[in-house]
Amino acid sequence: MADDDAIRCDACPVLCYIKPGRTGACDRYANDNGQLIRIDPHVVLDRAVSRGDSVVPFLDRNHEWDGNIVSGPDTFVTAIGAGTTYPDYKPAPFIISSAVQGVDMVTVVTEGIFSYCGVKLKIDTDRYLGPETNLVRAQGEPVGHVTTSEYGSQMLSLGGVRHLTGGGRREGTVTCETLLNLCDRKPVELTIDDGATVVVQAGQPPVVDGAKEERMRVGCGSATIGMFAKQWQGKVDEVVVVDDHITGVLSEHQAGKLLGIPETGIEMKGRRSTPGRYFRVAEPGTAWGGTNIDDPLSILKEFDAKIAWPKLRLLMVSTTGEHYAYFELDDGLRPVEKELPAALSESVARIKENCEPALSTVMFMGGAGGSLRAGVTENPVRLTHSVRDALTRVTCGGAPVYVWPGGGITFMVDVTRMPERAFGYVPTPALVAPIEFTLKLKDYATLGGYMDHVRPLDSILKSDSRRHISSNPENPWPLAENKLPRSKP
Amino acid sequence: MRERAQISLLPDGHRLHLHDGPIDLVIEAFGATHEVNLAYQAAKARFVSVLDELCSELSVLRQPARTGGPQPSGVIAKRMVEAVAPYCARTFITPMAAVAGAVAEEILGSMKSAAKLSRAYVNNGGDIALHLAPGESFVIGMVERPDRASLIGKVELHSRQLVRGIATSGWRGRSFSLGIADAVTILADRAATADAAATIIANAVDLPGHRGIVRVPARELAPDSDLGERLVTREVGELSLSEIKHALDAGVAVAESLRAEGLIHAAALHLRGETRIVSARSASDSFFADAETSSRSLMHA
Repeated sequence: MADDDAIRCDACPVLCYIKPGRTGACDRYANDNGQLIRIDPHVVLDRAVSRGDSVVPFLDRNHEWDGNIVSGPDTFVTAIGAGTTYPDYKPAPFIISSAVQGVDMVTVVTEGIFSYCGVKLKIDTDRYLGPETNLVRAQGEPVGHVTTSEYGSQMLSLGGVRHLTGGGRREGTVTCETLLNLCDRKPVELTIDDGATVVVQAGQPPVVDGAKEERMRVGCGSATIGMFAKQWQGKVDEVVVVDDHITGVLSEHQAGKLLGIPETGIEMKGRRSTPGRYFRVAEPGTAWGGTNIDDPLSILKEFDAKIAWPKLRLLMVSTTGEHYAYFELDDGLRPVEKELPAALSESVARIKENCEPALSTVMFMGGAGGSLRAGVTENPVRLTHSVRDALTRVTCGGAPVYVWPGGGITFMVDVTRMPERAFGYVPTPALVAPIEFTLKLKDYATLGGYMDHVRPLDSILKSDSRRHISSNPENPWPLAENKLPRSKP
Repeated sequence: MRERAQISLLPDGHRLHLHDGPIDLVIEAFGATHEVNLAYQAAKARFVSVLDELCSELSVLRQPARTGGPQPSGVIAKRMVEAVAPYCARTFITPMAAVAGAVAEEILGSMKSAAKLSRAYVNNGGDIALHLAPGESFVIGMVERPDRASLIGKVELHSRQLVRGIATSGWRGRSFSLGIADAVTILADRAATADAAATIIANAVDLPGHRGIVRVPARELAPDSDLGERLVTREVGELSLSEIKHALDAGVAVAESLRAEGLIHAAALHLRGETRIVSARSASDSFFADAETSSRSLMHA
């Protein structure tokens, strides 16, 4: 074999040559940059292993797990790779017991098939993505819709049963693929009807119509005036903070009045809301402050000749500080662009500095239906009650979830807190997501658990098919002592 | 020295899991408890030497099958050669195309001769050898993409039918494919036969020259692949409905001819959510009965 970079695996007599980044015929041993490593499907979170060591090194192959680690509370078996018993009402694939602080804990792990599921996207941007309720498309297929604008962010709602199974076959397949890719933290291109094309990736800045979003606005135009008015005093006569929502004008704004900043005779386009605050100075877009303007002067009318004066200094800036321009009025009271004075560039930099990095957030949302719950207990509604009563903790691949109040077990989870490759799909289409229920053994018996299927933790760890990863230090440890679900009185 | 092969009962306490190198078998036998135990003992005893036997003849088994060429001597290896023999004159195939099915068959055989069982299966990563005593039947789930758990349909097999082997092949699976099928599932008399036919038909579901299909010489991925410099599918881009139909048509044509020759009983071909069934008209009620309808009948969790 002439491949210099391939390594010979001697784990079995097949003696595969494995290229970097590839696995051998068994899919269990891989060449990771010249190192032979072992990869296994069942994800086991290990609290002791430092982050970054996401696989068990090959050299540890002969290292038998000592009882200290395997039976202790520092290992948590996730549902990733556990498989699912759906649609049979059989006990969940793994029901594991481990002793935590002397209390027997049970974690029921299963992979749920969620056709009632979707992702909620929070896209940090002031750029206009599209009209509320318009369709969001992937590969031309409708996969969701535009929902509310939040502070500095646009929310999209993708997936849901209507797109997954209620539309055309291709619509369902593309929706499923889109959700899966977003949950796997891969970039996905979405197009909004009558709106923008945005590339979204969990934990990464959104890319709107080809422009990477860097920062969230510090506030709306009016709020920005309020925050920086004092820093502008004396250095400039007028400031306009351009914003798609509310454009602020310093001299008219309450903050400017309080500082005694004189009128400048500036005349704005758009609709005045209250003094110094203007709605709709332009159309929404992806240029200055989330508007469609490239020339800031286009939102100004002529200065009032009775009030304005030659050499009047005007700063125009967007709510993120990404766009700015400095003008002085000539003798005809027309703004002429000049270089930004150093004193003002500081305040522009300050606006920029106060804008947080713009990110895309992907929250997976799903509901654990009857048959999934029936995999945990013979009486599924008792599981719901147990979660409500905080006797049972729900985690998703070991990550904390928010369980919605009200009926059922409908939860949300930040996909970046989950292990990689945690999601799968079935061509229903529906997503397969891990879900773990942790509770005290005693409570598990009370709620009709499958006691004869409870297995000790070390039996899982001794089995061959597991993927051993370190826990995300930002997540509360699923079996943490002070976070243990309380016992039923 | 520790045994290389790993042998254990799965958590349910019923299924036997045998693992050695790339061979991963899930076995379940049905019958009286002591018969099941006897069968499992026999399976274990036979299993421990299987990988060594195969590896001792690996270089022969990786060569294209041809009459008059060097012949292997192992019983499993011979079964592999036999399973691909019908194809070697018409296309490229090596005995490795039938390895999974041949191993499953061998283990099942050892169980059958050691114990009286009502039913049994040996599942070698989707290539399955079946035993059905008279009057017994199995329900088998089908996957659309071998790389992901994705049950899309069921096959009901009754002892009066002659099917004792099932195999699935596709480019997303563990083995390389020359075609673009997501999965081709074959029902045949025997597992080794089904395995070879699945490979052949999955290779035939193709759109030669299509620019959206990424193909890479097998050796670039696995230097010792039996496929050598042949281009294997790594990625399939957007396909129009007519392209999907065209590719499936090509596979169906091959499947029809293999069925006419009696090499297979039935085939289910999957590509991008489209499914085509090849089956004798009379038997079509019983094979893949709900393959198309059930693909959308799974409900929420």
